[in-house]
Amino acid sequence: MNIEYPISVTVNGTRYDRDVEPRLLLSDFLRHDLGLTGTHVGCEHGVCGACTVLFNGQPVRSCLMFAVQADGQEVTTVEALGTPDDLHPIQEAFLEAHGAQCGYCTPGFFMTLVPFLEENPDPTEEEIREAIAGNLCRCTGYQHIVDAVKLAAAKLGS
Amino acid sequence: MTQKHVGRRMTRTEDPRLLTGQALFVDDVQMPGMLHAAFLRSDYAHARLVSIDVSAARERPGVVAVFTAEDMGDDWKHGPPLVSPPPTVEDIVFHSRTHVPLVKDKVRHAGEPLAIVIAESRYIAEDAVEDIWVELEPLEAVVDLEKALDPGAPLVHDDLESNLAAHLVQEKGDYEAAKAQADLVVKRRIYIDRGAAGAMENRGIVAHWDVRAQQLTLWDTTQAPIPIRNGLAAMFGLSSHQVRVIAPFVGGGFGPKIMMYYPEEVLLTWATLKMGRPIKWIEDRRENFFATTQERTQVHYGEMALTKEGRILGVRHDFLHDTGAYDPYGLTVPLNTQSHAMGAYDVPNYSSELKVVFTNKTIVTPVRGAGRPQGIFLAERLLDIAARELGIDRLEIRKKNLIPPDAFPYEHKIIDQAFAPLVFDSGNYLATLERAAAAIGYEKFIAEEQPRLRAEGKHVGLGIVSFVETTGVGPYEGARVTVETDGRVSVATGVGTQGQGHFTSFAQIVADQLGISPRDVRMVTGDTAEFHWGTGTFASRGSVVAANAINAAALSVRNKVLKLASKILETPEEELELADGQVRVADLPHRAIELGELAAMANPLRGAVEPGTEPGLESTDYFGPKYGATANGAHAMILEVDPETMMIEIKRYVTVEDCGTVLNPLILEGQIHGGVALGIANSYYEQLVFDENGQLLNASLADYLIPSATEIPPIEVLHEETRSPLNPLGSKGAGEAGTIPVPSLFAQALEDALQDYGLEILEMPMSPNRLFELLHEESKTP
Ligand code: FES
Ligand code: FES
Repeated sequence: MNIEYPISVTVNGTRYDRDVEPRLLLSDFLRHDLGLTGTHVGCEHGVCGACTVLFNGQPVRSCLMFAVQADGQEVTTVEALGTPDDLHPIQEAFLEAHGAQCGYCTPGFFMTLVPFLEENPDPTEEEIREAIAGNLCRCTGYQHIVDAVKLAAAKLGS
Repeated sequence: MTQKHVGRRMTRTEDPRLLTGQALFVDDVQMPGMLHAAFLRSDYAHARLVSIDVSAARERPGVVAVFTAEDMGDDWKHGPPLVSPPPTVEDIVFHSRTHVPLVKDKVRHAGEPLAIVIAESRYIAEDAVEDIWVELEPLEAVVDLEKALDPGAPLVHDDLESNLAAHLVQEKGDYEAAKAQADLVVKRRIYIDRGAAGAMENRGIVAHWDVRAQQLTLWDTTQAPIPIRNGLAAMFGLSSHQVRVIAPFVGGGFGPKIMMYYPEEVLLTWATLKMGRPIKWIEDRRENFFATTQERTQVHYGEMALTKEGRILGVRHDFLHDTGAYDPYGLTVPLNTQSHAMGAYDVPNYSSELKVVFTNKTIVTPVRGAGRPQGIFLAERLLDIAARELGIDRLEIRKKNLIPPDAFPYEHKIIDQAFAPLVFDSGNYLATLERAAAAIGYEKFIAEEQPRLRAEGKHVGLGIVSFVETTGVGPYEGARVTVETDGRVSVATGVGTQGQGHFTSFAQIVADQLGISPRDVRMVTGDTAEFHWGTGTFASRGSVVAANAINAAALSVRNKVLKLASKILETPEEELELADGQVRVADLPHRAIELGELAAMANPLRGAVEPGTEPGLESTDYFGPKYGATANGAHAMILEVDPETMMIEIKRYVTVEDCGTVLNPLILEGQIHGGVALGIANSYYEQLVFDENGQLLNASLADYLIPSATEIPPIEVLHEETRSPLNPLGSKGAGEAGTIPVPSLFAQALEDALQDYGLEILEMPMSPNRLFELLHEESKTP
């Protein structure tokens, strides 16, 4: 069997100590080892953005990283945002503007948007479209997502 | 009863779970002792399997089993066809050749599975795939659709005389006679190429045979859980009650997820039955490009005959349709093409000869649009060319030919994809087109804006087209509606959901019938343990067939509620109303009973139930339309081309949709936006490029360009509403409407933007490269 290495990763504020193979993808570690299945995988080659998580606060594609690279680091996933009874303002905005259809791409969009809206509290439509250009969605045609981002910015600003 | 919820822009009840990452997708299923599968797939498109040696793979630590076709013994069979082959009517040739679970003798497309590895982890399974030693003798591949029918072309199926899979002629009136009368006949060759559905979630399956319970459970990313259950039960000699298929949340369907039975569905089931352990397989994106079905390639030789006033006398097109290596989906796609080749127009004479062709490419089944975009492309293109040649305005020529509102039901006298007569049920086609023209500002753009922008050196063009969409076909769907003792209502139906908001729009229907809030409806879709009659989500059937079944079941429950309440409240039924979760006397609202209480009374634990009454407040009902409904619409856009880079900017995009009764405008808008986005992708960005060996050259999302938010423009959605007479809700469905007209719209707008070049666009998809090539072929400079 392949050799495993101990890692210690803080995910959504909880510290996890695990032994993992060096080749284990961060996305698989989150989804299958930790059971945090809200992070989705659409391509495993870094294009679709579905697997986006925050790595020390910055959006990264978890399918392009190994779990061992997260040793000693902080990861944030969609599970940290809100719950069905207590949605995060971005989630609320997606609900109100119908920003999700199948919802498969959606968590990736959220993790791109959290830091984006922190840095750009009042973005233009063009800035929004640029910001989410690295996340693919096949269902929505993006318009309701763009509407949702505008709404989210308003909610976060007030 | 006041209609309160149907037609409202209600936010979705399924969203809180989806938005928080709590919704279950197939890859989220975890089971103790679960194994993982990976496939060895052929690198060649056409090859003879000489030998396969899996011994090294079997020895790899962590590998539990490796199977090849030989290992399956008598269980190795060709899959049953998904759509019944055409009835043996006159003149139809149809050779049914269905795919196999694992290749035994000959590979017919790249990506066909040769062996399955089952291991303790996905990583080990993929390692072991590399351990397999396979010898394949490559054969010349059949790739080009027209060359495929040349005498002496290599054969995809050796037992057939040629690569012809099907042949069918459809005639309406007498095209040749009409042509003889015509002032103008335009003739063109039109080519449309392949694309992928590109759902963000790839396919996946978890199969578990519980040996003690003798129960098979399959979580499957399918659009058709019930037929999958029935088929697997039959295939493996189980009673249908021993098989439960669950299509949980599915990350986008768009057609290919209704294909069945994919080899993986059969193999995982077979393997778990043999091994008694849960097995998971999750397709990766590369596999998705080879192993998940695709659509669109057709070559048309089209003709349109017209009077000099621009009235269409007839349409003829002989066309080839690429079905890929097998044809499990029968003739659905090319029959849809025929149903749409006359567009939204009153065409008295029609003639079409269809040849379906086997090629060494991935199997073709419907992808959102399903043959319709090709038909509309043909009709709209020929009409544009005719308008130009006759010197008639393109909007005028369309108005002249649209089926008039008093001509419905409009019988087309050809057969549709269900082999039933093609009839357009209702509509006001002129209204949608005029509305689109007004919204885009057609007259003003042509007369003022375009000349001004052109004078500034801008290459700006407008497109405007009409289309129809046959939707909501039978046979039927069903639903069970139950009032629970807590006053909430449970609804179960067989169709699965892939993001269309079914949970919400169905709940709105039930809420109106029973006087409750849609939030108090608990919806179960896509689980055969909850409801096990039905066919699946395709052809925009959800909002037509399933919705009407739910409406019927809710109405039956309403009648039961009224009957029981009338007895308890000692008031005639006509004087009762259902509102706020209660039944009450309309004039005396304090004389009321809660629905939940009533449900408890309808199912007493002691005492007598009157003979002939059923316990509970529950009903199961079905709906099957007499024939499919037909939606209609018009799209218009203004785009600018940069003649240096051939990059485009869509300045405005307007759609007018008439899909009958609108259940939820918010959800409908989302459907249209997504459909248009796929249409834009099909028109200018996405193309599956095969080389002469049948190798797909762009099998990754880095090479196959799915548009992002910077390519897709804002889309204005307007509605007209002509109720369908074919169902009580009057709905028509709009799942594919967004996609269908876009390629024809793009072609017209590009030509208009580049009118100095005298360009004719007769193929799709376009791309900056292809546009550049075409302009240079024409070698004309403005
Ligand atoms: S799954 Fe990571 S970018 Fe697509
Ligand atoms: S909502 Fe389905 S992919 Fe974005």
